Amino acid sequence: MANLNDFAKARTAQIALRVRPMGVWLRRGRLETLIELLIRLSGVSTIVIVGLIFLFLLREGLPAFLDIPLRQLFGSRWYPIEGFYGIWPLLVGSLVVTAGAIVIAVPLGLTTAVYLGEIAPVWQREILKPLIEVLAGIPSIVLGFLGWVALAPIIQSLGAPTGLTALTGSLILAYMALPTIISISEDALYAVPKEYRDGALAIGATQWQTIWRVVLPAARSGLAMAVMLGIGRAIGETMAVMMVTGNAAFIPDLGLDLPLHPVRTMTATIAAEMGEVAQGSLHYNVLFGIGIVLFVVTFAINLVAGRLVGSVVRRRGGQL
Amino acid sequence: MAQGRPIDNNRAIKIDVRDFSFYYGDFQALDSLTLSIREHEITALIGPSGCGKSTFLRALNRMNDTIPGARATGDVLLDGQNIYDPHVDVTELRQRVGMVFQRPNPFPQSIYDNVAFGPRVLGLARNSDLDDIVRQSLESAGLWDEVKHRLRSPALALNPGQQQRLCIARAIAVKPDVILMDEPCSALDPVATLRIEDLMRELAQDYTIVIVTHNMQQAARVSDRTGFFWLGKLIEFDETERLFSTPREALTEAYITGRRG
Repeated sequence: MANLNDFAKARTAQIALRVRPMGVWLRRGRLETLIELLIRLSGVSTIVIVGLIFLFLLREGLPAFLDIPLRQLFGSRWYPIEGFYGIWPLLVGSLVVTAGAIVIAVPLGLTTAVYLGEIAPVWQREILKPLIEVLAGIPSIVLGFLGWVALAPIIQSLGAPTGLTALTGSLILAYMALPTIISISEDALYAVPKEYRDGALAIGATQWQTIWRVVLPAARSGLAMAVMLGIGRAIGETMAVMMVTGNAAFIPDLGLDLPLHPVRTMTATIAAEMGEVAQGSLHYNVLFGIGIVLFVVTFAINLVAGRLVGSVVRRRGGQL
Repeated sequence: MAQGRPIDNNRAIKIDVRDFSFYYGDFQALDSLTLSIREHEITALIGPSGCGKSTFLRALNRMNDTIPGARATGDVLLDGQNIYDPHVDVTELRQRVGMVFQRPNPFPQSIYDNVAFGPRVLGLARNSDLDDIVRQSLESAGLWDEVKHRLRSPALALNPGQQQRLCIARAIAVKPDVILMDEPCSALDPVATLRIEDLMRELAQDYTIVIVTHNMQQAARVSDRTGFFWLGKLIEFDETERLFSTPREALTEAYITGRRG
């Protein structure tokens, strides 16, 4: 009898289960739609905002390209007060500083990552990794200070006319990009399976051969990503660069001592002059025009980087 | 027992292990092992997980050196020379004593580059000589016919059985004397396993092979001699046929009949 009762209860529960879900389904369906909508909205909003920023940049900056003859706009004289808006020196300044930063930061960052990931004993790694993360957390203005007070005198003592030069900017930028390059490269090396190292060592390869011929190629796409993110951090940086590059808007003579001259970057120009211009004036438009150029350059670098990483991945048969 | 060939007790001793012990820090993984591995024989090492058979295998080409706190006592004589002598060049040792791992581990490079890796890093050959070595190694590993038209394609596109044979080709490309195999078939299906076993018998004509295996049938099928490990000790070491038919130790019998392990 008890069994029959239990059976009946279970049966009722079963029916209840079968009936109830109809309502639940409806409610769940509505909730689902709502959540989906919210997610879509936030996704779309980022795209819309980026689009609006670009449109704003175009609206404010385009007149510069229309009102000033292109030859003059890409000329070599930047004297806004006298009406000369040649942005070429600024472009060169940005490129020199960034290129210098890359030349310093990439080899230093990659070798540091190799040391940390492949060679350093565990106790050293445990000290160094957090320190590198601390380096990433230093505000750029503090690094700028350091460059101004400590680094510039050293550069000047090397024989430069002033301590505030492209090289000073490159060094500071390199140290800003380093933590990014190191920690992402180290992650990429860490992701290389131990079996690859064992396989190489078991054949009789030395540790260096193992690193150079097996580990680094296997981590290639991750390393490329690390370098690109590091460069991205360097090219957009404003404050530290403005403090230490001297901000002279002329093109130094092309030569070996090029990095030892003061330069002015595009970002520093916008930051320094934006507060002084009348809104809607030609000077104002040109500053936004510089913003467009910066945008295009960054976009181009990202595109090339994407292609590079992509082709590496394809060459290796889709194996990351 | 392997390929029905008789045991030849006149074969030269390739590796002579005398009173060999191995430690990971304070933990003693191997306890006073003594055995002789003979040239052109297949020596199988069996025993339950954690019994030290893999540690012993890796000790034979000093792959344990990379583990912090690892320490060895006693002698391992390869052709009469102690490989734990401080003057021994480890990379040269590993060229002579190659290794194939549990999971196939080809490098994420082309098939050709995988096989050419050893000769390149050791400076053994270049260009056309290298082509010859790659071809011979792939032929010896029974892989040539399957990959000869796609030497430049990625090694990771091969199936696991092919990858493991590629790893064998990579190991023999540097012309070693001894090949150590650490459960080489544990990640493979039965068909691929049988191919590797056939290959091992062929390779034994040119190389001395030491294989660690979990699979007792495999040990019985392919090896000439078998060592049974238990808790870091070598309990019994004998001709494979005798060890599996009339073991001397009760523990060995219990293990191979499945009562212990």
